[in-house]
Formats: sequence, C-alpha cells, structure tokens
Amino acid sequence: MSVKITIDGQQINARTGDNIIDVAAKNGVYIPSLCYVKGKPCLGTCRICSVKVDGRVMAACTIPVSEGMEIEVNDDAEIVDMRKALVELLFSEGNHNCPSCEKSGRCELQATGYEVGMMVSRFPYRFTPHVVDHASKTIFLQRDRCIFCQRCVDMVRDERTGKKIFSIKGRGTNSRIEIDAELANEMTPQQVRQASDLCPVGCIIDKTQGYDDPIGKRKFEVKSIKERALDKEHR
Amino acid sequence: MSHTNKNKILSHELPTTPLDPEIKAAREAKIPIAMIGLCGCWGCTLSFLDMDERILGLLDKVNITRSSLTDVKRIPYRCAIGFVEGGIANSENIETLEEFRENCDILISVGACAVWGGVPAMRNVVPLEECFKEAYIDSPTAVEGAKKIIPFHDDIPVITTKVMPLHEVVKIDYFIPGCPPDGDVIIKVLDDLVNGREFDLPTSMNRYD
Repeated sequence: MSVKITIDGQQINARTGDNIIDVAAKNGVYIPSLCYVKGKPCLGTCRICSVKVDGRVMAACTIPVSEGMEIEVNDDAEIVDMRKALVELLFSEGNHNCPSCEKSGRCELQATGYEVGMMVSRFPYRFTPHVVDHASKTIFLQRDRCIFCQRCVDMVRDERTGKKIFSIKGRGTNSRIEIDAELANEMTPQQVRQASDLCPVGCIIDKTQGYDDPIGKRKFEVKSIKERALDKEHR
Repeated sequence: MSHTNKNKILSHELPTTPLDPEIKAAREAKIPIAMIGLCGCWGCTLSFLDMDERILGLLDKVNITRSSLTDVKRIPYRCAIGFVEGGIANSENIETLEEFRENCDILISVGACAVWGGVPAMRNVVPLEECFKEAYIDSPTAVEGAKKIIPFHDDIPVITTKVMPLHEVVKIDYFIPGCPPDGDVIIKVLDDLVNGREFDLPTSMNRYD
C-alpha cells in the first residue's frame, strides 16, 4: 500500500507503515536524530528529529506516514530552530568537552551539532559533576556525556540470557546510566565495540580503543552524518 | 585593579615618538582589528598567526593593533573587530574583557574556552576549595618543607568560582568554535566582515575540537 504525503511541499509516494525519518531520507531530506537506528524499533527519546506534521510538532521517528500528511522539515524556521535548541540543550546539560573526548570525530552528537549549525549553546552550561564508572573490565562509562537516548539499554543484551546490560537508575536530575559489570565482563570484544559504536556520544568507551584515527580521517570527517543518513550503503 | 606598587609605569604610559603624519593618515583610513587572550592556551592566537600570507591580501584594508602578529600591549584606539581567545577564570579576565568590549564594535569569541569555558572549565565540576587544596596544599609536586599557603595578594587577580564563557560576562556578537579553530576559519570570518559580508561559518568549517 502506498500513501501520498508532502515533505516541505514536495509530493511523495511512501509505503504505508514506514516512519517519517526513513521516508524523508529515501527522498533526500535529512532529519537529524540521535536515538533512532534504522531497522530497530524507534525509541523516541532524543526528540532531535522533531518536525511539523500538519502543523503539530512530532518526533519523526515515532510517526508512521499516513495519507495526506503535510510534513515540514526545513521549510519552517521555527522547527529548524527548535531542533537546534534541542541539540544545544544536550550540550549545556552534559559536559561535552570535544577537545578531550575519545569519541570526537566519531560522535553523532558532535556531528549533529555541525549539521544544525550550532556554534554555541543559547542555554547556560551547567557543568554538573558525574561519576565515571570503570568497574567493568572492558568498558568505561563516562557519564558526563550520556544523553539518555537508551540505545544501549534496549539494543545491547547478554548473548546467553538476553538480559539487559545497561540500565537507567534514578529519576529526574538523579538519573544516571548504569552498567551490569558482571554481564559486561561476559561481552565479546566485538560486542563491546558494537556497544561503543552504538553510543551516539562518548559515554560508552571501549577500554581498548583510543584516539585511533588521525584528525581529518575520522568517521564523520570522511563522510558527514548527513551524507551517511541519506546514503543507502551507510544506513 | 589596585596596584600596591605606586611607582610602577605601564608600557603604554611611556612617552612615544609621534607617528609620521602620512603613515598615521594611511592607518586611520583602515579598519582597526585586535585580538586578546584570556584564560586559554594561546592556541587560538596561534591560529590567528596561521592566517599566514593570506593576511597580506587584507593589509590594505585592515590595521592590526594588539594581536599575536604585533607586540602592542593595549589597543591604542577603538577597534572595529575584536577577537577574544580564552574563558573567564579571574577578576583580571573580567576587567580586560569589559574594557575590550567597550572599545570594539564587533566582538567575536574564538575557540572552545571563549565559547563555553573549554579545558579550564574542567575545574567547574570540582569545588574551588578543593582545586586550591590540590594545587597548593596537597600538591604532589610541592617543595618539601616549604610553607603551604594559598597565594593571596591585592596584585593577584581573584579566581572566579567557576570558569565562564565570555557571553556570560559581556555581549558577544559571533562565535567561532574549535580547539583551536583553523587559520582558514579565522581568515574566512575576517575576510567576510571586512568586505561587508555577513558572518557565516558553514557546516564544513564548523569544528568543536
């Protein structure tokens, strides 16, 4: 079944059931996101993919397309600025010290900051102290950088029991990402690397991985996050 | 700032030879620009130097006063464009920045420290008292047997509780992130502003590290 929708005034035929973010990418319109992973159930946690659907603000990854939808991504200055503000909020809430971060150049938050054109956060930088967790043999948890996207919570599981390895403890400002060190120690090196790559920021750090790629040859310098999102090969 | 040593003469107060009228007139016809450094590593100031020979194309339009290219200690007159490197970490930084703001038409934050605090702001997650204790009292590199004191004197600037970005102290017109931003970025911004174009830092040039 196909439905007719418009994105920024452009008429598009889309497959029923596909979400807005995928349909837009297929038609060359980049919608930034920090929690959505193509092919996985949407989490809807980061809200960076906010767009206007028939005039209402919605997270593009959570909404399946339906007949006659009018979607505004880049045509509406308010929604463009809102997405930028959401990215800026993350930068002022955590301690995102790019110059000292192992993930710099491979960090989705950083790459998204470039895409939305952030130079500085309009919100005051908070500098909240966070405790680093290094109990696991293979993983550092740099909590300064966690944006609570919950990718790791949902998508990283113990291969034998299927149990979750990462979890979020506490509520509100006391929320923090936790790791089950026992289960984490059972993870294969490949799984550790996958978990670290899955993290859109530099929170889950593989202890065996450092500043491996030289500046200029890092992931998003070779190919930007926007190009990757729009390119079928890299999805 | 109070100076307890009243006999001190600052370099800009020394008598100078008057400038050749022709050179003076030529200078005054140009756009004066300057760059100062606050709490940073002077890496961004080096990026200003990294404009290299590209600055030559602008020299008939701009007059560089205080900067890493010159040895001018204070800006001699009002500047059209002022670049600032480094964040705010003490009372002297605040004083210098406020004076610079008053004397610049356009003020630009350059680099991570100026934009959000940068590496010096890593102390913001530790109480100031602990920072002082670590640096002066429990310092592993302290000279053995030396009296352990936290320095305090009228002539020493007072440390701020937190390292602040510049825009929390004065109005900043534009921001150039990067640690440090490349010379390419600085020449692009300068060239745009000098030639009356809008400030524009494209995605491809924007960097936070």
